[in-house]
Amino acid sequence: MQVIAEGISHVYGPLPVLEGVDLRVREGEVLAVIGPSGCGKSTLLSILGGLLRPTEGRVLLQGKAPDGCLNPLTFVFQDFALLPWRSVAGNVALVLEHHRLSPREREARVQEALARTGLEDFAAALPKQLSGGMRQRVGIARALAVQPAVLLLDEPLSALDAQTRELLMEDFEALWMREKTTAVYVTHNLSEALRLADRVAVFSRRPGRLKEVVEIPIARGKRANPQAQAELVALHERLWGLIRLEAQSAVSELEDG
Amino acid sequence: MAEALQELRFRGGGFAPGRKRWAALVFFVLLIGLWQMAGTRGWVSPLFLPSPAAIASALYAEAIQGNLWTHLVASLQRVALGWLVGTLAGLALGLAMGLFTLARSVGVPLVSAFFPIPKIALLPLFILWFGIGEASKLVTIGMGVFFPTVVAAYSGVDAVPRNLVRMAQSFGVPYYAIIWKIVLPGAMATIVAGFRITVSMALILVVAAEMIGAEYGLGAFIISAGHLMMTDRLLGGVVCLSILGLLAGVAITLLERRLLHWR
Ligand SMILES: Nc1ncnc2c1ncn2[C@@H]1O[C@H](COP(=O)(O)OP(=O)(O)OP(=O)(O)O)[C@@H](O)[C@H]1O
Ligand SMILES: [Mg+2]
Repeated sequence: MQVIAEGISHVYGPLPVLEGVDLRVREGEVLAVIGPSGCGKSTLLSILGGLLRPTEGRVLLQGKAPDGCLNPLTFVFQDFALLPWRSVAGNVALVLEHHRLSPREREARVQEALARTGLEDFAAALPKQLSGGMRQRVGIARALAVQPAVLLLDEPLSALDAQTRELLMEDFEALWMREKTTAVYVTHNLSEALRLADRVAVFSRRPGRLKEVVEIPIARGKRANPQAQAELVALHERLWGLIRLEAQSAVSELEDG
Repeated sequence: MAEALQELRFRGGGFAPGRKRWAALVFFVLLIGLWQMAGTRGWVSPLFLPSPAAIASALYAEAIQGNLWTHLVASLQRVALGWLVGTLAGLALGLAMGLFTLARSVGVPLVSAFFPIPKIALLPLFILWFGIGEASKLVTIGMGVFFPTVVAAYSGVDAVPRNLVRMAQSFGVPYYAIIWKIVLPGAMATIVAGFRITVSMALILVVAAEMIGAEYGLGAFIISAGHLMMTDRLLGGVVCLSILGLLAGVAITLLERRLLHWR
């Protein structure tokens, strides 16, 4: 399934946040979205997922969701958004309960999602008993349980410490090697984008405009190879060049204001 | 030459009060012992402050030959019914105010205007409207319970993290399921905390209402003992009220453990 943003602009009251964003998320790709803090990345993702109505423009979907998909556009949240009164399995089950599934299939989906995120042994645990990394795994398991067509991830790792982030990045890599789930991955971390994305959409500072979309022409599985390093360094330089000025002026704007 | 060694001074203690059950027990035993001694030694007149033993024996006498149970049951029924009706109505309006613009726009000024009125002041009016019987007492208790419940319910709904609601919406969870599975459990802590306030409110109002006009009820029991200067019976009634309040508190704690075990 493809997601197409057409001429998206958004204002919060008097504050323009996004301006004329045209963007196509291609079937099977991981599209990273980077840009300075406050440039409207989360706003864009909410619009893409139908949680926020843009002031201008529209979002189109093209193609069918795969069989078994219960929720084509599925979020993974930065703050995990887990129900503290439900167990791990209960949090995953929440998003299946309103679908017509046999109890057996529901249970199977929960179990499979937990198995894929390494949470089998924690099915009965409450969120407060888990570390941040495990909590985000629950968020990912919940998203996988509905077999999404497009994953919308809003800085899914930024609430985690560096080591946990590394581990979960490996999980994401493995996920996207196994199956080509289309994804939009918002981050302000360049190396996350370079590890996980097929393309990187770079946004200007607020009001966010799409500056450039940079391809990463190296297969995800080969990015750790020594031969790929020179190219990755060059890509890093290029992306950093694109966002550096934006980030700088965003910071000084805050200091002035 | 080496410098002299000095042990680091600890400075992190205090500001962490704990609880010791024995301390409470010892204190109460001492207090009651002292009170009893004041009575038997004749430090205070038994008419003004009867000793604990005198209160206990008066209560015992009332329980086996008097009408204590009738009074107790009458009060309990009023409290239970009035509390239940006030709570259900309060939850309905409070939840509506937490969810709908119209209910909130109408409800907030309404609650602000009526909340501060001591509900007992309305009893004479309710007696005119509903007669001196049960209805006026129940309405008074219900009103006293209603407004704090409204406030607890709608501030509880307000305190439900919006990101959880948005999460559910993003997974297509239907509206009523969001209320049932997210808004209600999320507001439950505040609602149950409100029960503590409304239960004591109901106890205050039942006694006050019964003092004004009732044949049976702890309030009537206490006021008639007062008129007869039977302070031992009077304080016996007060002890019953204190026990009722304690039991209600225990019940709410159990409810909290059950509903909010995840905290
Ligand atoms: N509901 C809202 N009402 C008003 N202003 C908002 C709202 N949500 C976001 N904003 C503002 O809009 C701007 C863009 O916010 P947004 O969260 O989309 O940025 P972002 O790129 O995701 O930032 P970050 O990197 O900090 O996550 C910010 O200045 C923010 O303060
Ligand atoms: Mg954001």
